[in-house]
Amino acid sequence: MTLSTAPAAPVYRDDTVRGFALAAVVWGVVGMLVGVFIAAELAWPELNLGVPWLSYGRLRPLHTNAVIFAFGGCVLFATSYHVAQRTCQVPLFAPTLAKFTFWGWQAVIVAAAISLPLGYTQGKEYAELEWPIDILIAVVWVAYAVVFFGTIGTRRVRHIYVANWFFGAFILTVALLHIVNSMAMPAGFMKSYSAYAGVQDAMVQWWYGHNAVGFFLTAGFLGIMYYYIPKQAERPVYSYRLSIVHFWALIFTYMWAGPHHLHYTALPDWVQSVGMVFSLILLAPSWGGMINGVMTLSGAWHKLRDDPILKFLIVALSFYGMSTFEGPMMSIKTVNALSHYTDWTVGHVHSGALGWVGFISMGALYHLIPRMFGQTQMHSVRAIELHFWIATVGIVLYIAAMWIAGVMQGLMWRAVNPDGTLAYSFVEGVKATYPFYVVRFAGGVLYLGGMLIMAWNVAMTVASGSAVAVPVPQTLAHA
Amino acid sequence: MDILYLLIPLSVVLMLVIMGVFAWAISTGQFDQLEGEGARILEPDTPPLDADQGRR
Repeated sequence: MTLSTAPAAPVYRDDTVRGFALAAVVWGVVGMLVGVFIAAELAWPELNLGVPWLSYGRLRPLHTNAVIFAFGGCVLFATSYHVAQRTCQVPLFAPTLAKFTFWGWQAVIVAAAISLPLGYTQGKEYAELEWPIDILIAVVWVAYAVVFFGTIGTRRVRHIYVANWFFGAFILTVALLHIVNSMAMPAGFMKSYSAYAGVQDAMVQWWYGHNAVGFFLTAGFLGIMYYYIPKQAERPVYSYRLSIVHFWALIFTYMWAGPHHLHYTALPDWVQSVGMVFSLILLAPSWGGMINGVMTLSGAWHKLRDDPILKFLIVALSFYGMSTFEGPMMSIKTVNALSHYTDWTVGHVHSGALGWVGFISMGALYHLIPRMFGQTQMHSVRAIELHFWIATVGIVLYIAAMWIAGVMQGLMWRAVNPDGTLAYSFVEGVKATYPFYVVRFAGGVLYLGGMLIMAWNVAMTVASGSAVAVPVPQTLAHA
Repeated sequence: MDILYLLIPLSVVLMLVIMGVFAWAISTGQFDQLEGEGARILEPDTPPLDADQGRR
């Protein structure tokens, strides 16, 4: 091979990928631990011990920020940097800037972990962080865009692999959403007022909120799906053509689903209906993508039996299919009249979060981490299998408990006596929910337990491996 | 609902941008030959280096 004698064969810049991949595991444990704690607080409220910064109201945004932006964010950084380099066959563009994105993102996470329990918040769901942190996020995100699109721009493979389209759309859209929604007038350090007021603010917030789900938690992770499932299954995606249709259909239709978060509010009725219709339309591209991913195993289903990493990836897709069916159904106004403000919503979110985002992330990390440390597989494959089953049982307990609790709450709240008075007081609904909160807590403990097994497995894999630089292929076979 | 005067034009602009990128992708032939593109990522990553090379 002429390659090995070349004086300075360029190598992939994987150090940032390694950093983000390991950080994802650490923040996953932290974020899920906080989640389990606040689940326990809902069942046993005394657990806040009278300490303000342990109260549910302050720890809940810490949990959501930690699992979405710390765990999910680090997974997205790691995988997008990895996929862009491998599919473009070039080293990462501006590697120093990539390192900055790593340390900048960790700084954002630490700032969130300190400021949220102290009570600093803008009061916007999934956008709680105060304005100095918002500015840091914007700076890191622009750097991320430069590194990612720089890598795509300097690619040596003419065709841009479909995963990169998903990652690119996710990066650009999140930048736009974050900047528009976080517009605020500072009123001192760590205090600000939103640029929008009343229902206007609510509309911007859920335009942000739902598209954050759509692009941060869906498009980004679909990018992961389209690279890591074919790699792990060692087969190309079922229909590459369909994957491209999936991408364009999704991004053309996603933007207007947000109003379904504001059914039966001061938002104009027609805007609510538009939100509902777009939410229903979304079912088509979502299921197209889900079926495309699952059918990648067509003709090789036995791999699903033998390979726990594929179990994670394929079950993730089945949860994606489930929650992208459930979501449009819940956006129908008559269904929403029952489901809104109940724990059904919480169950729906967690079937997407634990099942789709969590499992696809874990599957991708189990594929990625050993390869980043000069190995071909994790320290213990049986531990992956154990993690999979513990986590699956945990999810089933969690979402089944929340479905039952949610429908029950909705029915109790709307029940009226013949004379028109409410049949139940609110606290009776809370009391009836107690056993389901305990079951949900148990499900959360199992899911966290799986994550701890993963952390151990990752630590053992890293300890017995070493960071090996991988050379970029020099043969331009496909130019 | 003044906010719609911001959000609707914003989504229209975004739609135009998406259409522009789509048009660019088509005109530069990104989607001309899709056969085999899905399989390319499965090609072996790289020929292995000598044991002492590439380590740091």
